Amino acid sequence: MKALIAVKRVIDYNVRARVKADNTGVETANVKMSMNPFDEIAVEEAIRLKESGALDEAIVVSIGEAKCQETLRTALAMGADRAILVETEANVEPLGVAKILKALAEKEGVDLVLTGKQAIDDDSNQTGQMLAALLGWGQGTFASKLTLADGKAEVMREIDGGLQTLSLKLPAVITTDLRLNEPRYASLPNIMKAKQKPLEVLKVGDLGIDVSPRLKVLKVEEPSKREAGVKVESIAELVEKLKNEAGVLG
Amino acid sequence: MSVLVIAEHDETSLLPATRHTIAAARELDADVHLLLAGAGDANAAAKTEGVAKVLTANAEHYNHALPENLAPLVVELAGAYSHLLTPSTTFGKNLMPRVAALLDVAQISDAIKIVSEDTFLRPIYAGNAIATVQSSDKIKVLTVRTTAFRAVDEEGGSATVESVEAASPSDLASFIGQELSQSERPELTSAKIIVSGGRGMQSGENFKLLEAIADRLGAAIGASRAAVDAGFVPNDYQVGQTGKIVAPELYIAVGISGAIQHLAGMKDSKVIVAINKDEEAPIFQVADYGLVEDLFKALPALAEELDNVL
Repeated sequence: MKALIAVKRVIDYNVRARVKADNTGVETANVKMSMNPFDEIAVEEAIRLKESGALDEAIVVSIGEAKCQETLRTALAMGADRAILVETEANVEPLGVAKILKALAEKEGVDLVLTGKQAIDDDSNQTGQMLAALLGWGQGTFASKLTLADGKAEVMREIDGGLQTLSLKLPAVITTDLRLNEPRYASLPNIMKAKQKPLEVLKVGDLGIDVSPRLKVLKVEEPSKREAGVKVESIAELVEKLKNEAGVLG
Repeated sequence: MSVLVIAEHDETSLLPATRHTIAAARELDADVHLLLAGAGDANAAAKTEGVAKVLTANAEHYNHALPENLAPLVVELAGAYSHLLTPSTTFGKNLMPRVAALLDVAQISDAIKIVSEDTFLRPIYAGNAIATVQSSDKIKVLTVRTTAFRAVDEEGGSATVESVEAASPSDLASFIGQELSQSERPELTSAKIIVSGGRGMQSGENFKLLEAIADRLGAAIGASRAAVDAGFVPNDYQVGQTGKIVAPELYIAVGISGAIQHLAGMKDSKVIVAINKDEEAPIFQVADYGLVEDLFKALPALAEELDNVL
């Protein structure tokens, strides 16, 4: 059984994004970039499925500029078998990403697609669901537990009210939530080994898919700033201020 | 043209998130229709302020809101609408991209403002930037950040009710079970006051100290990702970029350092209180009132002081 794992290169989660002075987007030059943390969880899950014998091959894919190769090498160092970069300088929206992934999933004949539930840059939370729709597969979003058996995936999902468990027919798309696993760090020998693993580079044009954007970003702005307030010295002062100054008690 | 809100409901009544979404839909200057799929009280839904028509599709396979079943139904109805909206809850996030892809349109996630019929504001980068986006698609598919729109009333409307034909059930996914948190407390996303704990709480047992405060204030209890990851409390307590987005009147953050991802979920609260023994904690940069103190001393003192003044 084969799995495709989609990973995105994003601004590192510890870096606070800064809006560009001309309001066209967010500054990414000279900013630390990393693999989207949710996608890292997807890669880890695929490797664990391989280690348990449920999966034979883990193929990682990324869509974006040439530097995404670094992100793919990280996934290979964690334990993925091979990588595909669909190279483009353009910003591809989730629908376009889903169309590219559909083409690759069909070409590679995978039984499972794993990806993060959302990327921490555009916070869209769409790609996995869109891909499942385009493929006509079931979807297990926000997964916190995944078991494969008898041609089915049992998925525990994090929902607003608690947890929900579904059974999905394979092939299926799974999007990963924070509690699914804790991703490993790649060891130095594995980082060296990853350099020898196959990494195929395709151009979006090679796939013959229209990924032109449907949304026009008119501007990107800073949110209204929240000013720091005051420090209080005691609980008594805090309660007094909440009651009489802020008027939020009683 | 009319706009369609897909209702999130618990098979008895609409969830508050749906009424926030109806409020957003009303800003589009069109008749608002509400789709109630699965078991539900259509007559009660028809009384909701601002709804012109309730569409019901009562078939068993719509219970538990599996998108594999629901999306084809929404797609069948979509042709008559300019906009489709759901709340940006796990219900809406799960369903709407599947609908959008089947319609071959983009989705606008987490809309916080309707500027015009094709232009919307949405937060990106954990709310550190706000993008204004314009859609060129024929049908606009949106999920709505509920805290950005004041809910319509449960009463005051007199919608017509019309039943629509259910789409065929799918065999792609089946429901096995669920574990829903049972609580006497208000629901996190609609609570007026939230008391939230972080890693500083040190254990799930210590959340009792927060419960004592929440009991006195009629508050909901929330948590940071660190507290959920550490297993102190279940996942549905999580407030933040990828958890729940809240904006209560009063948010009391206890033992929470204030990572970007947590702030993204609560910085629109009206009044923020931070209690933390580390005076350098970033949470103090957004707090209206900060108290630098050990929470194990502060919380019992707070409970006592509340008894004195309330």
